[in-house]
Order: sequence, then C-alpha cells, then structure tokens
Amino acid sequence: MMQKKAIQGKKHATNLVETIMLSLFKDTFTSQVKTLYQVFMHAFVKADTVEYPEEQPYMFPRWRGRIILSRDPDGEERCVACNLCACACPVDCIALQKAETEDGRWYPEFFRINFSRCIMCGFCEEACPTNAIQLTPDFEMAEYIRQDMVWEKEDLLINGTGKYHDYNFYRVAGMAIKGKGKGMAQNEAPPVNVKSLLP
Amino acid sequence: MAKIVIDGKTYEVNPANNLLQECLSQGLDLPYFCWHPCMGSVGACRQCAVKQFRNAEDTKGALVMACMTPANDGAIISIEDPQAQKFRAQVIESLMISHPHDCPVCEEGGECHLQDMTQMSGHNYRRYDKKKVTHNNQYLGPFINHEMNRCITCYRCVRFYDDYAGGTDLSAQASHHHVYFGRHEEGVLESEFSGNLVEVCPTGVFTDKVFSEHYSRKWDLQTAPSVCVGCAVGCNTTPGERYGSLRRIVNRYNSEVNGYFLCDRGRFGFEFVNSDERIREAQHVVNGSSSPLTDAQVKSVFAELKSAQAIGIGSPRASNEANYALRCLVGEENFYAGMSAAEFDCVQLHIQLARDPAFHIPSVREIEQADAVLILGEDVTNVAPRIALALRQSVRNKAKELAAACKIPQWQDAAVRELAQRQNSPLCVLSPYATRLDDIASDCVIDSYAVLTNVAYAIASAIAPAAPEAKPARERAELVQRVAAQLLSARRPLIIAGSSGGAVMLRAAANIAKALQGSRHSPVDLCILAQEVNSVGLGMLAGSGQNLSAALARIARGAESRAIVLENDLFLRAEHGAVAAAIDKLEQLVVVDHIATATTQRADYLVPSTAFSEHEATYINYEGRAQLSYQVNRCHSQAQPAWRWLHTQSDMHVANLVDRCAAEAAGFAGLQAVLPDTSQFIAGMKIPRQSHRYSGRTAMKANLNVHEPKQAVDTESPMAFSMEGIPSQKNASILGAAWAPQWNSNQSISKFQAEVNGELKQGSVGALLLQKQAASGGFFSHDLLARPASNDGLQLAIAYQIFGSDELSARSPAIRERMTAPYISLSPADARSRGLAQGDEVAIADTKFTATVCIRSRMQDGTAALYCGANEIDQFSLPTQVELSKTGFNSARGMRGLIVSDLHEEGY
Ligand code: SF4
Ligand code: SF4
Ligand code: SF4
Ligand code: SF4
Ligand code: FES
Repeated sequence: MMQKKAIQGKKHATNLVETIMLSLFKDTFTSQVKTLYQVFMHAFVKADTVEYPEEQPYMFPRWRGRIILSRDPDGEERCVACNLCACACPVDCIALQKAETEDGRWYPEFFRINFSRCIMCGFCEEACPTNAIQLTPDFEMAEYIRQDMVWEKEDLLINGTGKYHDYNFYRVAGMAIKGKGKGMAQNEAPPVNVKSLLP
Repeated sequence: MAKIVIDGKTYEVNPANNLLQECLSQGLDLPYFCWHPCMGSVGACRQCAVKQFRNAEDTKGALVMACMTPANDGAIISIEDPQAQKFRAQVIESLMISHPHDCPVCEEGGECHLQDMTQMSGHNYRRYDKKKVTHNNQYLGPFINHEMNRCITCYRCVRFYDDYAGGTDLSAQASHHHVYFGRHEEGVLESEFSGNLVEVCPTGVFTDKVFSEHYSRKWDLQTAPSVCVGCAVGCNTTPGERYGSLRRIVNRYNSEVNGYFLCDRGRFGFEFVNSDERIREAQHVVNGSSSPLTDAQVKSVFAELKSAQAIGIGSPRASNEANYALRCLVGEENFYAGMSAAEFDCVQLHIQLARDPAFHIPSVREIEQADAVLILGEDVTNVAPRIALALRQSVRNKAKELAAACKIPQWQDAAVRELAQRQNSPLCVLSPYATRLDDIASDCVIDSYAVLTNVAYAIASAIAPAAPEAKPARERAELVQRVAAQLLSARRPLIIAGSSGGAVMLRAAANIAKALQGSRHSPVDLCILAQEVNSVGLGMLAGSGQNLSAALARIARGAESRAIVLENDLFLRAEHGAVAAAIDKLEQLVVVDHIATATTQRADYLVPSTAFSEHEATYINYEGRAQLSYQVNRCHSQAQPAWRWLHTQSDMHVANLVDRCAAEAAGFAGLQAVLPDTSQFIAGMKIPRQSHRYSGRTAMKANLNVHEPKQAVDTESPMAFSMEGIPSQKNASILGAAWAPQWNSNQSISKFQAEVNGELKQGSVGALLLQKQAASGGFFSHDLLARPASNDGLQLAIAYQIFGSDELSARSPAIRERMTAPYISLSPADARSRGLAQGDEVAIADTKFTATVCIRSRMQDGTAALYCGANEIDQFSLPTQVELSKTGFNSARGMRGLIVSDLHEEGY
C-alpha cells in the first residue's frame, strides 16, 4: 500500500517537472523575441539622454543639487546662524558659528559644508526658517582633490534670493535691527509705554 | 502618604505637595510656567489645568489648576481629559498671541521651556492675526540680555529676583496686556544672582549675554558634570564647550548643595579658561629668555626634583589629586599649603571643628532650614555667594511657621508671604562694614574686628555662663542678650563664621555653638566658610604649621634651593617683598600653572597645566564634601593635568589616584565614593558628552583636513568625547546635560529626581569626608584681639567683592566689567575730619598703594574697610592701623560698579 503510493508520487513529480520545463522554455523564447523586437524598435524613438557634457540637460528647479546661501530681497545675508540646518543634517556635514553685526543681525561667522559628505537630501533647506539655504539644480561638483569639496561661506553665498524671492525673516521677526525698530515688523503694534495705564 | 488617582491609575503621594508637583514627581508630563520647585505656586499662568472629580461617580468633574490644588488623599484627577487638554491648548494659544517670530534668533531656542510646553499643549499654528504687543528692551549689564517681546507674563522673574533673591531693581511695570518686566531705568542688574534669570525665565526674555557672544545651541555643546571653582561652596555646574572653547555654564542640580541656583561669579566667571593669558607650553627660562621644553624634558626635571630635596607649595585652587601628587613628589615634610599663616590656621581650625561631634557643618539646603542665624564677621554675599541666597530663605522660616499654624500649605507662595508680611526669623550680622544681607537682618553690628569678637564672646557667655566671660560695651549689652535669647529659643540655630575674622573669630563662633549645644542633644549647626574651592582639601593634606610663611622662612634660611609651586600665585598670599626675596634665594623655581601670574613670571621652569574643565578632579567644599568634577573638553596645547606632570608613575589615571589618595592620605578615606559605579552602565557603554543631536561632526574640522580624525577616546573616565554610548536616562549624577523627551530645557531635571526638588534618583551628592572624632571638650579661652594702643589711625579690615576677590574669575571679560578699583570705606565723620570727599584717591599709610575713598554712612568711626582689587594692593604689607593721605581726585577710577546699600550721598 505504502509502496504504491510512493510510486504514484514519483510519477506525479516527473510530470510536473516536464510541464514546468516546457512552459519555461516557451516563456523564455517569446520574451527573448519580444525583447529583441523592442530593442530594435527603440532605434526609432527620441533619446531621453543628452550628449552631456557638450549638451546640457534641463534640470528642474526643485532638483536637489549644489547648496547655496541666498540673500534677502534687500541684498542682506539671509542666514541668521540659527543652526537648524546643521541639526537637521543626517550626515552632520554643516558647521557654522553665530555672530552678530553692529546692527543687531545674527549671521554666521563661518559657514562650512563638507560636500564630500553631503547626500543632497534637502533636509537643511526644509529646516531653514529663513529660506537662506537652498539646493540648486547644479550637480557638477566632482573634484580631483577631496579637500576641494569643503566649501566655506564665501563659496556658498550668492548674490540673489534663489528660489524664494520675497521672504525677509527680519520683517517678520520681533528682534530689532538697524532700520527696523520695535513695533515695526509685520503685524506689530508700536511699543508699549510702560508709564501709561490707558488700555 | 496619601493615595490619589491620576487618569485611572493610583499613586502614592505626599499630601503636603500640590497636584502639579506630584504629577511631575510621578514622571507624568503636565505643562506649567509660573510654578517653580523652589518658589511655590501663584496660579498666574493657568497652564497646569487638570480635571478633578469629586468621587468615583462624578463623570463631569471640574477644571482646577494643578499647582494650586493640594494632593489630598483620595483625589481623582485626569490630565488626559479632553476638556482639560483643550483648555490647556487655548491657554497656550492666548499666551502666544503676541509672541514674536524669534526662535531662530533667540538664545533660548532649543532649550526653551515655552517651546516645550507649546508643543506639549498642542498649539501648532497661529490663528490670531491682530497686531502683536511689542516692548522696548533695556540694557541690563554685561551678564543678561533683555528681549521683552518674548514674555508670557508668568511673573517668575520678579518672584525669583525680588522675592527669592532679595533684589530691588527688577519689577513688573505697566498693567493688563502691557505688563513689562525690567528695571526702572536701563542699567546693570544689581543682584549677585541675576544669572539665574536665564534659567528661571521659561522664555528667551532674559538670556545669557556671555554665551550669546559665542553662542551655540544646547545640542551642539559638549558637556559634562562639573563643579564650580569660584569659591568653597562647590556648586554643581554643567559647562559647555564647542569648537575648542568653553561657551557657558549652567546650573546642575544637587539637592544638598546648590539646588537650582548659582551665583553670577560661578556662572559668568569661567572665561579665564579661554583667556590669552593661558600658559600653553613648557618653558625653561634662563636670564629672561625662554626656550621650549618637550614633555620628556619636563618629566626629567620633576624626576630630578624627586631625588633632590625640594619644597612643594600646594594650592587651595588646585584639585586634591594635584596637591596629593605634589605631596608624594616632595614628601610630606616638604609639602606646604600655599596659604598665608593666618588663613591656614583658620582652615586647620575649620577642619578640627568640623570633626568635633558637638558641631554640624550644614549643607546649603540645611542652612535654608535655620530659624535663627548669627553671622560673625563674614561678608557672606561676597565670599560664599550661594550661601547668602540660602540665608535669604532661612529668614522665611518665620513665615513658614506662621503658615503652618494657619494650615496654609508651604507652596501657597503668595498666601504665605501675605500672612507674614515682613516678619522674618532672626538674623544677626556682625561685620566690619554693611553687607548685602543687612536688609533681612534683625540686628547688625558694624565695628572693628576687635569689638566684634568681643561681642561674639559676650554672646557665648550670655548663652552659657560657663563660657569665658566678655564684657561688651554698654550699648551692646542689650543686643547681646537679645541675640543669645533668639539663638536659645530657635529650633535650629545657625552660627556662620569664616576666615575673614581670623581664628579668633572662629573660636568665638565655636564657643557660641558649644554654649548652645549644652542645652540640646543634637550637634549645633556651625557653618564655617573657607575662601577657595579646595581650601579644605589642601588643609587636610598639609601638616600642621606647614603654611606659606613657614615655607618662605625655610627658603630664606637657605635650607632649600629648589621649589615647586603648584597653581598658586604666591604674591596673593604673602607680603610681596618676602615672596620676592625667597624666590631670589632659590636656584630653581618650578611653577605649574594654567594661567600667567606674578609667580609664573619668576619661574625658571614653567609647566602648563589644565584648567578645571580640561581635567577630571575632586575638590572638597566647606562642609568637607568631596565632589567629582568631570573633564568637559580636551586641551589642545602641551598642558596636562598638574598631577600627571607631578606623578612619576606613568600608568596613573584619576580613578586610581583617587583610590590611592583615599588609602594613603589621612582623612581621605571614603574619597573613592565619589567615583561613578561603572557596573550600572548599560552594557558597559560609556556616557556621551555630546547630545544625540550634536551637529557638524563631519564639517567642523573639514577646513583643516577633509579626512575626519578619529573620535577622541577617553581612556580615563566613563564618559566619551563623542555621541557614542548611551546617555543615562535616569541617573543625573553622570549626565552630559539634563534632557528628557519633550523636555529640552534644564527643567527636565524633574525627570531625574526621586521627588521634585528632592534628591536625585541616584542620590550622589558627594562624599562627606570629615568624620567625627572624639569630642574636644571645653570652651576656647577668651583671646581677645588687642585693642589699638592709640586712637590715631583707622583700624583696617579687608573687604571682599564677589567680582574681583576671586583670582580666576577676575580674568573673565564680563566679570571685569563689574569689577571696581581698590577702595577704602570710611565713616562720614572720619572722612570729614581728614578732609576727604567721596571718590578721592588716597595713599594708604606710608605704602605706595592708593585706593578710592568710599564714604559709607554705616561705617563705624575709627575703622576702615579696604578692598584690595585684584591684588592691586598687597594686603599683607599693611599695618593693622592706617592713616590716609590724599593724592588726588580721580573720578575715573571711582567706584563705578560698586553696589553698597549705604553710600554716603552728601557731596557726591
Ligand atoms: S537653517 Fe538657515 S538660517 Fe539657520 S543656520 Fe541654516 S542656513 Fe542659516
Ligand atoms: S522664547 Fe522660546 S518660543 Fe520664544 S522665541 Fe525664544 S525660543 Fe522661541
Ligand atoms: S520675563 Fe520671563 S520670567 Fe518674567 S514674566 Fe516674562 S516670561 Fe515670565
Ligand atoms: S557660590 Fe561659589 S561655588 Fe557657587 S556658583 Fe558662586 S562662586 Fe561658584
Ligand atoms: S503653573 Fe499652575 S497656574 Fe502656572
């Protein structure tokens, strides 16, 4: 009884293997032919790639490439050295030091990005409360010497507003800077006269 | 113990507390602003609302303020009740309607209690679109920045500054939603504790100006538990370093010592570590020209000195390890304490009294419990500032007593104050000049030390007739009786004395305490103040009579031709001439120090050592409490911890040096108890000094070399110079910085306390080393200071200043801004008779030293108090009685920055 069952089982298995082999061969054959056909047909399709570097590709504005520091609409440095970008950076490749101008503005005394570590994740841009740090569509950053991948503020700071044209942090913030006293920011009432009891 | 139910769970609580305290003690998150563990509740902010139910059947409940509701047995409350949550979200939204859009440029950001509580209460988006109320800021001096727009009117600042710390120049102004917290006019905040506003204010209104000048976010600082080296109190601190320089100091909670508060010397006086005056390389100086030495050469200098006989002069500002290593190097008989003879006598007596079972040296927390205090000849605010703050709490014990009698809970701050009005527990101050505690004193005696000691002995004999008798002047007799009666009837009397009044005054203090002890069974609180961070430790290491004068005399005799001076400026401690003469006699002077001083200038061999944040060390405070201070940052020069230079064995590190010191040095048994128990660390991992958000790791040094160096390995301590390891979640005794999920500010410390404002979960408050020995027996005999023979000349006392009298903090730029030039205080009558006016410059006796005249209305005629500046006047060269001669009027030097209560106004 037991033996019979075993033989039957064996037979079954042989049949199964045969069927699978057959279908595999059929599938492979058709797919090979299909692939050859498709590759052939691609010869007549418009190319997605360009002849880089002779020809430059179109980069979308929100592409996450080389990082810049921008200026506000008044032409002042936007970065207030709040350190949020450095904190958000998953590879810790941003280092800076806060300083203050005579006018009362915070700014980075130095601002360094080690691009050899940067993974272009864009977290810094997302964390930045002033729109100062932005990623740009420029990806051509290869260097022969790795040390040249370390960029300082002089290398990062551009002369424009970048992607965000209107935002000026100090117009919103309550901190006074030269030319914008207390009560002069957006939605602010003039400073309180503490000697008055009027409502 | 009472049982209360919070969100369906039953907790055992202390019914003397309020619900907010208990929620926090149980580790629950409940937002709050105006309540402070040390200042109680006033119910001003309405942020701590919870739902309270009358009984188990009550499903509706009522909103109550947790901080204003006692944790009565059987109370049923809910933090998570939707109505309570909604209420809290609305409260925070209304507190925030005028809040500026400042976080990125706010020094508080990242450790802001307001940010934390806003998040916790669930307010995310601004809906209010009307105009924000704004305020003008004030200049508040070199320590504190003011940014009033950020205020949420919790009133904590004025409650701390005025009610807790006794300040008079910060107030709440204007009304309704215009309330303003500032001074009546711009100017320096006068309180010695103004720095605590930085931590007390839950927002960024008051921020640390010194820190702001080289600001870093909290998460970017490399931090470790440390101990303040500003004075002998030994407050616990957390210094923070970034990019190789020390950036700031914040409080580190220690239930027995500093609690939640530091003084401004401790908080802002650390910048000598970053100073240009630091000694960075070892030098051999021959005829004025110096050549650098390698480490090996330095080692060989010390090895040579070990075999040849040399004198070693230790230092009260150096750690136990450094002093002990020096003692091992030169031998016990050649080791001298680098203190003047008079001060060393005081320290030795201090140690003797601390070991006497009749007395108890109280901790700062115990000082707060005293209900009658007598201060003998010590300017506590300027010598041991944190204790002055504790004394301000001790006088409130009267109020607490009255409140207890009326069954008002102690945390009902406004009610307790209202009830007591200005009734205080007695505090009597005997001092050569009016002190900053006089406003809370019930009695003040301002006179020469000769008179003060006499009064002190008289008080002792008034308490116990067995004590040596003294006759006070007739007009003081009544005061003597009154003070004696106050001390006798007190539950916990406290006598405070220190080395300013000399050993005579200490003996008088001991007599008073002993007299009091006769009538009770427990030891009497006798608080003896030492001058410097490790005065007591050095006093324990040096043999009797081994003071600086003895060392100088031995050198002058020509008995020894080589000396090693450890982190000590001898010119501060003995007469300049004697020091210079002794140094001239020496063939070889080796000075180990971290900062340039008059002594380092005379060195033949100059060896750089590390400053307090750059090494691990133990210090012993005035109580005999040994405390461990961890290394915060590495020192990138040739400097090494002094003990490492001095120790000839190469495999030494702090832990085994501490063990050895405990085993070998008399009195140090038990020192090893301050070392951390490494077995409790998770998987034997180290504790990181850097937070888990430490930024810039791969960029901070990339300008030097893009290939990051290997993380520095700390082979000595259980802490790591990196983010690696496991930050302790519960144990705050070894913790980079206090932090808990959702709690980024220092107020996260409640997560590490067994009970809010109580001990840390792991205890760890240091090790008390001064063990009691056999009772000494009777009273000290009555050795009065000689009264002056003649009446011409003013009896001189030395005055101290919190900013300036400490050698190291006086090198910090911010402290410098608050320092005054040397001045001499006189009574108006003495000034008139000498034709002197306020601000005149006078020469003192026949010396070359000059000081500014400061006429104070409460000075006793015939006495003068001289402040010597940062060693601008050699106090040891002055006679005890001086005459003054006018050399000019110099308003520029003036007394700018001098804060005294009794400046004589007339003609100034
Ligand atoms: S987050 Fe923006 S503003 Fe802040 S430091 Fe970075 S770049 Fe500057
Ligand atoms: S106080 Fe706090 S919430 Fe307000 S601006 Fe400063 S960091 Fe932001
Ligand atoms: S200044 Fe700070 S402590 Fe004072 S009321 Fe405003 S928020 Fe509170
Ligand atoms: S009281 Fe003394 S130990 Fe405490 S912070 Fe001030 S200086 Fe430092
Ligand atoms: S903390 Fe309870 S009302 Fe402010």
